[in-house]
Amino acid sequence: MAIETATSATTGGTGASGTAGPGAGGPAAGERPPLDPVAIRRDFPILATLTAHGKPLVYLDSAATSQKPNVVIDAVDDYNRTYNANVHRGIYELGERATAAYEAARKSVARFINAPDPHEIIFTRNATESINLVAYSWGRRNIRRGDAIVLTEMEHHANLVPWQLLVQEKDGDLEFIPITDDGQLRLEVFEVLLRLKPKLVAFTHVSNTLGTINPVAEMTRMAHDAGALVLVDGAQAVPHVPVDVQAIGADFYAFSGHKMLAPTGSGALWARRELLEAMPPFLAGGEMIREVHLRRSEWNAIPWKFEAGTPAIAEEIGFGVAAEYLMGLGMDRVAAHEQEMLAYAVPRLRAAHPDLALYGPMDLSKRGGVIAFNVPGVHPHDVAQVLDRVGVAVRAGHHCTMPLHERLDLAATARASFNVYTTRSDIDALVDGISEVKRVFGV
Amino acid sequence: MDDLYRDYILEHYRRPHNFGTIDDATASYEGANPLCGDRITLQIRVRDGVVDEVAFTGRGCAISQASASMLTDEVKGKPVATAAGMTSSDVLDLLGIEISPARMKCALLSLDTLQHAIGEGEAEAGTGHEAGNGREAGS
Repeated sequence: MAIETATSATTGGTGASGTAGPGAGGPAAGERPPLDPVAIRRDFPILATLTAHGKPLVYLDSAATSQKPNVVIDAVDDYNRTYNANVHRGIYELGERATAAYEAARKSVARFINAPDPHEIIFTRNATESINLVAYSWGRRNIRRGDAIVLTEMEHHANLVPWQLLVQEKDGDLEFIPITDDGQLRLEVFEVLLRLKPKLVAFTHVSNTLGTINPVAEMTRMAHDAGALVLVDGAQAVPHVPVDVQAIGADFYAFSGHKMLAPTGSGALWARRELLEAMPPFLAGGEMIREVHLRRSEWNAIPWKFEAGTPAIAEEIGFGVAAEYLMGLGMDRVAAHEQEMLAYAVPRLRAAHPDLALYGPMDLSKRGGVIAFNVPGVHPHDVAQVLDRVGVAVRAGHHCTMPLHERLDLAATARASFNVYTTRSDIDALVDGISEVKRVFGV
Repeated sequence: MDDLYRDYILEHYRRPHNFGTIDDATASYEGANPLCGDRITLQIRVRDGVVDEVAFTGRGCAISQASASMLTDEVKGKPVATAAGMTSSDVLDLLGIEISPARMKCALLSLDTLQHAIGEGEAEAGTGHEAGNGREAGS
């Protein structure tokens, strides 16, 4: 995607999703036709399996973790079968191959988010670990008594609890950008909170519960104008919208691999080089050192300074392959596909089930492929259980956003979420499944 | 499907027994299932070592509500020691349906809450572990 100007940044640095309508190959999508999810599904072996209840799998829980394509499964398998060795150690051919593949994965992941330098990509287990890394390393050094950190009411617990621990230790303060009833951040309140001169502002790029795509570039500019650093939780953005960390302009961008078709145990933190160089190590041990003496040590260069111990080599190699796979599809087309699925699903759900409660922005251009809902009179657990019987996998609960559910006065919600392999017939199965829920519960 | 959502389960869910509050409860406890946001408050009134009244409020799924409804029916009028001795398998027997591991917390939330409520009542009455010796009365 093109680097956006400030005025067009309200879609959060996701040029394609804001402009491309359902199925449209607009200018941002070039001349390529829309994604064909039916063809894409052939790349995902699990989607051809039957559930324990003998039904074809309708997987609508990609926001929890995505399914994995053959190329990723094969890359992990190939490493384990043919060149398993530790990285950055062995002076033998296998070790060199493993190191080359691991570092190639770093380059792919860097290119995927348009990071200026692959050395700014630190491999972690997931977005949670990436955020904890910043909280422990940058946070402990830079947050002092009375300092404020601004978060939002829609954060995943992973972008809330590490900051709670930090301000408890440092006697700092947390402030929260409130949301509107349809799940959008109230930027006029953000502006007021910035007068507190926070040291850090941390917010999600795409809400895992409401689907809201936040205007991350605009928010980053506002925060920088007030002198704060910015951390963006990109865990739910990277699978769904083009991400360009340079266009967003943030200081830290945390994300997981496993939600973007890569294996569990893969993830990354991107941060600006000068910040990483100034930050003390997070975990200590092998790999992260240059010299070790009995009473002192010198740190390795970035990114290895932050990669103590043997990393998840196979998984990060798979992460690189997943990034290449998605770049091959084109993230602008991925975003357009999810917009198309939303544009199909929301009116279809509303027409078939007018009583259904839907949460999040109804301006679908401001939403990623996530739909949280409730069937009146039926607890979301029971909704998910009945849907499971007809082969439809959705999540039920609070989706690690308890404060958001409290804000909306909800104990829990059911959530359907999409990915590149989601089809209209998946959504039809959801709509029919909800009819079955109502039949069982007589509502 | 109907091996889980049997008619009597749905009946207990829609019209739970012992749903409400007791004015002169001797103990109460709020239990929650943090994974799903289910939450119930269970009150008991103990007289002469017997669970003379029991009631609950809260919201949750069909399994957790039916379990609370059936468990409170079961322990009402029983000695505190009997109520305190209820086990997970007793509750699963009451429910009479097969509970998957993912729903086990829903099924057992009422039992966990009841045991805490009994424990609180004993602590208040200073009876320690000696449940059912009658000293709860009037506490």
